[in-house]
Amino acid sequence: MSGHSNDNVSSKELWGGGRSPYGISYGKMYMWFFLVSDALTFGGLLSAYGFSRAASESQWPIGEQVFRALPGLDGQYPLIYVALMTFILIVSSVTMVLAVEAGHRNDKRGVVRWMLATIVGGMFFLGSQAWEWSHFIHGGGGSFLLAKEVTVTGENGTQYTLPVGEPIFMDHHFGELAEGYANGDSNVILENDHGHIKLVQFGEHTHEAELHSLTINKYIIGEQEVSGADASALWDARSESFKFGANMHENEYAMQQSYANFFFFITGFHGFHVFSGVVINIIIFFMALKGVFEKRGHYEMVEKVGLYWHFIDLVWVFVFTFFYLI
Amino acid sequence: MERDDLIVNDNYSLNATHSEEAGVKIRKNIIYVTVLLTAITAVEVAMGIIFKRAETYTWEAIKWTFVALTLVKAGYIVMSFMHLSEEKSVLKKSILMPYILFIIYLFYILATEGFGHLFNHNSLH
Repeated sequence: MSGHSNDNVSSKELWGGGRSPYGISYGKMYMWFFLVSDALTFGGLLSAYGFSRAASESQWPIGEQVFRALPGLDGQYPLIYVALMTFILIVSSVTMVLAVEAGHRNDKRGVVRWMLATIVGGMFFLGSQAWEWSHFIHGGGGSFLLAKEVTVTGENGTQYTLPVGEPIFMDHHFGELAEGYANGDSNVILENDHGHIKLVQFGEHTHEAELHSLTINKYIIGEQEVSGADASALWDARSESFKFGANMHENEYAMQQSYANFFFFITGFHGFHVFSGVVINIIIFFMALKGVFEKRGHYEMVEKVGLYWHFIDLVWVFVFTFFYLI
Repeated sequence: MERDDLIVNDNYSLNATHSEEAGVKIRKNIIYVTVLLTAITAVEVAMGIIFKRAETYTWEAIKWTFVALTLVKAGYIVMSFMHLSEEKSVLKKSILMPYILFIIYLFYILATEGFGHLFNHNSLH
């Protein structure tokens, strides 16, 4: 398919110009070299992530504890959503390679069809990422830090002595009202009726949430639910420091803000590549549809954007392993 | 308009075409790689769910298994989907060599500097 080395060529002819040492066109070569440099950028980002994680003195969140939600479902599905995103990207990579293959047969209909499928796949991935970001930003109920040492019993019967500054996690229902309470919303009142702690939000509709249980070690190893009097004791030992979800300044997942920042930057930078890839794919799709490549006699442009699109899949394979799995 | 940026006399990927019969074979290979990549991802996720991180030694082995599986996946994407295996060896080398150097550099910097924070509490924290 590609070029072969030029044997039996006189050196005069070889050095006379008009030859391609790599056996590919300049456009494809520059796409390859752009991808080499772009991959080093991602390599640098993932290395920086690894170094920050290794240098971290407090525990770093683990993927299967943080990313275990599915849209519209309640239970816990560790990494299933991310695996689904990976699958979507692999499939769209496949439709792209089928478009390239169709191009090699000068099959215009095939190219158009598979390019369209690739665009749809890319949009599905972007949509999935939007949901994942939204979920990450909203968080799982929020946390507060302990102001004093508390000893509690977990659901497994083990006693835990939690030091000052330990994060304690609320459930979604209670956390929602706690956010207003922590931010000084005067419509949210804390009620303590014989150890039954309740947050009530007054307004057009009155909402209330009772404190049933709190969670310790939620995003690291050894997640435990604490309920009853122990949960009340944890709530009473709370400090002023609440965190809800994640943004550029604070996050409930880790003590270090760099965790959230790496999430936003690495997946965001990759998502931006996907977005630009979809835009370029749309352009190539319309060019193929209009017959530009048919007139040109070859479909090498499809091959070039194909390289970029596969590269996006390639980067995601590494992000999946080094950010989510390990 | 005549294009002066194309070198028609050379053996180019530009002229890469194949017949219907060859296409059938290529598509078969594409399906094979797809199934393989999907299966590896499924295995990775299953391993992440089954094995718990508390058992340090097991997890260390699993981590390296993840890295190995990732490299297998990456190899298939680059060599098969991106057709690098069909390119000239000089192109292959100029694309892959930077990474080999980069990885050697990373191992070097990890081995020499990576544990600095464990010994140097005064200056870093």
